[in-house]
Amino acid sequence: MSMLKTGVAYKMAIMTYLEAIRSAMSEEMERDENVFVLGEDVGKGGVMNATKGMRDRFGERRVLDTPLAESAIVGVAIGAAMVGKKPIAEIQFADFIFPAANQIISEAAKIRYRSNNDWQCPIVIRAPYGATGGGGLYHSQCPEAVFFGTPGLKIVAPSSAYDAKGLLKAALRDGDPVLFFEHKKCYLYVSDEVPDEDYTVPIGKAAVKREGDDITVISYGMTVHHVLKAAEEVQKEGISAHVLDLRTLQPLDVPAILEAAAKTGKVMIVHEDNKTGGVGAEVAAIISEHKLYELDVPIMRLCAPDVPAVGMAPTLEKFYLPNADKVRDAMRLLAEM
Amino acid sequence: MASQTVTKHRQIGLTDEQVLEMYTIMLKARRYDERALLIQRSGKTAFHISGIGQETAQVAAAFALQKQHDYFCPYYRDYGVVLSAGMTLHELMLLSFVKAEDVNAGRQMPAHFSHRKHHIVTGSSPVSTQVLHAVGIALSAVMDQEDRVAFTSFGEGSSNQGDVHEAFNFAGVFKLPVIFMCENNQYAISIPAHRQVAGRVVDRAAGYGFPGVRVDGNDPLEVYQAVKEARERAVRGAGPTLIEAMLYRISPHSTADDDMIYRTKEEVEYHKEQDGIQKFRAYLLECGVLDEELDRSVNEEVMRELNEATKYADKAPYPSPEDALKHVYAEDGGGI
Amino acid sequence: MENEEHGTEVTLPHLAESLVSATVGRWLKQPGDYVQEYEVLCELITDKVNVEMPSPMEGTLTRILVQEGDIADVGAAICLIRGSDSANETPVEPAKAATQKKDKDEADQRTRYSPAVLSLAEENRIDLRKVQGTSLGGRISRKDVLAYIMNNLDSKPAASPESKPEEKAAPANRVVPENASDSRTEERKEPAASMFTAEDQIVPVSPIRKMIAQRMLQSVSEIPHAWLMIEADVSGLVALREKVKESFAAKEGVRLTVTPFVLKAVVNAIKEYPMLNSTWAEDNIIVKKDIHVSIAVGSEESVVTPVIRNADRKTIAGLAIEMEELIAKARNGKLTLSDMQGGTFTFNNTGSFGSVLSVPIINYPQAAIITLESIVRKPVVVNHDSIAIRSMANLCLSLDHRILDGKICGLFIQRVKQYLEKYDENTVIY
Repeated sequence: MSMLKTGVAYKMAIMTYLEAIRSAMSEEMERDENVFVLGEDVGKGGVMNATKGMRDRFGERRVLDTPLAESAIVGVAIGAAMVGKKPIAEIQFADFIFPAANQIISEAAKIRYRSNNDWQCPIVIRAPYGATGGGGLYHSQCPEAVFFGTPGLKIVAPSSAYDAKGLLKAALRDGDPVLFFEHKKCYLYVSDEVPDEDYTVPIGKAAVKREGDDITVISYGMTVHHVLKAAEEVQKEGISAHVLDLRTLQPLDVPAILEAAAKTGKVMIVHEDNKTGGVGAEVAAIISEHKLYELDVPIMRLCAPDVPAVGMAPTLEKFYLPNADKVRDAMRLLAEM
Repeated sequence: MASQTVTKHRQIGLTDEQVLEMYTIMLKARRYDERALLIQRSGKTAFHISGIGQETAQVAAAFALQKQHDYFCPYYRDYGVVLSAGMTLHELMLLSFVKAEDVNAGRQMPAHFSHRKHHIVTGSSPVSTQVLHAVGIALSAVMDQEDRVAFTSFGEGSSNQGDVHEAFNFAGVFKLPVIFMCENNQYAISIPAHRQVAGRVVDRAAGYGFPGVRVDGNDPLEVYQAVKEARERAVRGAGPTLIEAMLYRISPHSTADDDMIYRTKEEVEYHKEQDGIQKFRAYLLECGVLDEELDRSVNEEVMRELNEATKYADKAPYPSPEDALKHVYAEDGGGI
Repeated sequence: MENEEHGTEVTLPHLAESLVSATVGRWLKQPGDYVQEYEVLCELITDKVNVEMPSPMEGTLTRILVQEGDIADVGAAICLIRGSDSANETPVEPAKAATQKKDKDEADQRTRYSPAVLSLAEENRIDLRKVQGTSLGGRISRKDVLAYIMNNLDSKPAASPESKPEEKAAPANRVVPENASDSRTEERKEPAASMFTAEDQIVPVSPIRKMIAQRMLQSVSEIPHAWLMIEADVSGLVALREKVKESFAAKEGVRLTVTPFVLKAVVNAIKEYPMLNSTWAEDNIIVKKDIHVSIAVGSEESVVTPVIRNADRKTIAGLAIEMEELIAKARNGKLTLSDMQGGTFTFNNTGSFGSVLSVPIINYPQAAIITLESIVRKPVVVNHDSIAIRSMANLCLSLDHRILDGKICGLFIQRVKQYLEKYDENTVIY
C-alpha cells in the first residue's frame, strides 16, 4: 500500500468500498460546512446505503432528498457550486444520468472556460455504475465513455476502498467538476485497509497494483480485481503480469500508462464498458502515439461486446461481462504471442 | 406633478433619480442593440441577437433587485438586465467584438453574459439551463440563511424545456427564494406563442404550488412592482414567484433570421408603436422628471458612451491564439 | 487591404452562420459619394436574410467591385472606400505568439524499425544497417526501404563494391514498386548522335521499361539458360472448357480461359519435382516450400508478373477467379508491391499472342519458366495408325542450368503433358 512508501506507520482499519465512500463524505462534511449531499432518497441512506445515517448526523438540509429529476439534481448543484457550495449530487444509478447530461456537458464542464476563469463549478457527481448481477440493461451500465473526452470534466473510477475514500476527498477539495463513478459490485465485494487519518489520493494519478515483466494489463474499477486474480493464476504458469489501475479516467495519467506499456511491450486493456469508443481505445491510442517502437505485439483489448447493455438472464450477463477466467485466457494468449 | 397617476413611481418606492436612471439604461440597451446590428451587417462582428421591445421589463425587473447582492441568471436578450446589474456598454461592445478584454475573453458568442463581480451568472446557448442554476443559488441562500434571491429569465419558447419544469417543482417543494420571469415576446424564432405554449405560461405556476403574475411588459412600473413583491415573498421564506411579462420581439430572432417569412410588416409596425421606452419617456415628461433638454443631453451622453465603446472595442486586440488552451481546469488544481 | 489610390477594400460580411456568399442587390451609394460610418452602402440578398449593408467605415466610395445582381463570396471585396485617416485604422492584431518551438525528438531514430519496415526488409532480405534513413532522426521509413530495393536492382550485385557475401547468397526477390518513377533519380542518358537519323523516332525509356530491361539483362547474364519444348494433346481440355465455360461465366462472373487448366497441370507437376521451384544461392540451392506462381500479364508497353500464392492449394476454378482479379488489377494499374512479390515459378501464356514457340527468359531469381503456346487444330496420328484432327499445343520450358538438368526437366514436362492429356469432359473444376 502506498502509505508504506512514506515510512510512517498509520493506524489502519479494514473497511468496505461503500463505507469508505460514506466516511469520505462524512469527514468532508465535518471539515467543510459548504459540503452537502443531494439526490433521490439520500435521507434514508440512498438505495445503495451510501449516505446511511448521515441525515441524522448532518440534518435534512445537508442530506437533501430531492424530487425525482436528475437534470434538477445536477443543475441545482451547479448553481449552488457557482456561489461557493461544495455539492455532492448523487445519481441513484449511473444508468439514469443521461437526463442530466446537458447540465454536465454543456454547463458544468464549460463554466470555467466560457467565463474565462471568472466562474467555477466545483461539484462532485457520484454515480453508482456497472453490473452486479441481475441488473439488466438499466441498472448495470458503464456510461463513462459518454462523458470521457469532455474537457473541463474530471472523471474518477476507483477500485479499492483506500482509493475510493482518498479520491472522493480529493474530488471534494477540487476546483472543478468531478464525475465520481462508483462500481456497485465493489461496494461490498471490496474491502481493504483505510487509514484513520485524513488523506487524499491525487486525481490524475494511476497506481501500479502489481509489478511484473512479461505482460502489462491496464484496467480500472471492478475489472482491476478480475485482472489481479487472473495475474495470480498465470503467475503459477510462470507469466509475470504488471498491473496498472488507472483510478482517474480524465485526465489520464499518461506518464504512468507509457511507463507500464514500455515495461513489457505487451499490453492488454481490460474494462467492463464496451470496446468501441471506450476508455481503452484512448489508452491504446496514447500508447501507439508514443511507444510504438517499444511494443512487442499489437495492443489487446478485453472489454464487453458492442451490444447496447448487459442482458438480464444469467447466461447473457455471464457472456457479456469480463471475469477473471476471460482475463486469464487473454493473458495467456498475450504472453504467448 | 399633480395627479396620483403621474407620481406612481414614488408610490411604489422609486425615486425620481431611479426612474431617470431606468430610462437612461433602457436607452443604452436600445442604442446598443441598434449599433450591434449595424456592426454585424457591416461585417465587423459575426452575430447579434436583439432584445428590442423587451428593455422596459428587463430594466424594471433588475431595479427591483439588489445589485451585487441578489444573483442574476439572465437569458440572451437581457441587455437591459445586465446593464442594470452593473455591466457597461464598454463591456457589452467588447463582448460583441469578441476581443481579449471581453469578460469572456472572446470565447462566447455575443449575448452570453457573465460578470461575477455583478453577480451575473455565466450563461450558455442551450436554453433554460440557467433556470436550474438560479434554483441552486437560491438553495445556497437558504442554507446560509442569507436574504438574497436569485432572479432568472427565459422566453416563452424556452418555458417548455424540462429544466424549467424541474426548476419550478424543485423551488416549489423547498419554497426557495427564486424569481422566475418569462419574457413572453410572442415568438420562439418563427413559432408564435399560441403554437408554442399550451395554455398560459403564468398558469403553470399554480401547478407547482406558487403564485404566477402576468404583467404588461411595456409598463416598467407594473413590472417593477411585481418583481419587488416577488422579492419580498422570497426573502420572507414564502417561496418562488413566476412573472410572465407580456412583450413583443420587434427584431427578427437574430441576424441570421428573416422574420418576414412568418409575420407581417404591419404586425411589427403595430407593436413598434406600443414601444415601452417611448411610453415611459412620455410618463417621465408628464411627471416632470424629464424635460426635452434633459432628454437630449441623456440621449447625447448615451450616444457618446456608445460611440466610445464601439470605437474602443473595434480596435481592441483579439485574444492570442494560444489563449484557447487556458482555463480548462483551475491552474492550481483547484485545491480548496 | 490598403490600396493607396482607391482606398480600403470593403468585404462581404458573414451575415449568418452557414452563409458562404450573397447577391449584391441595389447599390445605394455610387463612386464619388461620401459615406458615413454605418450609412447604408448596398442591399445584400441571401437564402437566410435580405439586408442593407452599412458601411464599416467613413470615406469616399471610389470603386464598386461587385455589380448589382452579381454574387460575391463572404470575405470578398465588394467596393473600395478611401477613408479619412482617423476612420481608417485597422484593428490591432493580437500580440504575436512566441514562435512555438517544436519539441523535436532529437533522439537517434536510426535503429527504430517499424513493423512495416521490418516485414518489408524480411521479405526482400534487406540488411537494414545498409539502408539510409531519411526521416526524422535518421529513421528508416518504408519508402527508404523501397528506394534501397530499387537502387539495388539498378546495380548488378557482382559489380557492387559494398555488396556482402550474404547478400549474394540471398538475392533479393524481384520487386516492382507501386510507383517506380518516384524512387529513380539517375539522369536519363541521351542516345549518341550516330545512333539515329532525323527520320527515326526517339522513344524515351519509361522507368518501368528500364526496370524490365535491367531485370532481363540480369537474368540472361547471370543464369545459364537451357530450353526444351513438348507438344501436348489438349483436346480433352478444350472439350471440357467448352462444356463448362458458359455456366462458369454465369455463375462466377469470370471468363474461363485455358490458362487455369494448364496452370493446374504445371503446379501438380511442380509438387512432384520440387527442384523446379527453387533458387540458386551460390553455395546452396534453396528449394521453396510454398508454390507461388508468377503470372506474366502483358500490355503493349510492359509486362508485370503478379503472383498467385499457394497455387497448389487452389482448384481450377479458384485459379481462374484469382487470375481474373490479378489481371484486372494489372490492367487498371492497381497492383501493389505485395501482389508482385514472392513468386517461385513463372507461367506465361504466350499462345495468347499467337505464338507457337518461344524461348522465355527466366524471371530472376527463379529456377524455371514455362509457356503455353497457341492451341492449334491439326492432323495427328492416333491409335497407332489412324489420323485424327486434334487440338495440339506446345509448352516451352527455360531452366537455370546451374540447378536443373535435361533429365529432371524432361520428366517434369512429361508430367505436365500427362496431366494435360488426362482432362476430359467429366473433370471436376471445383
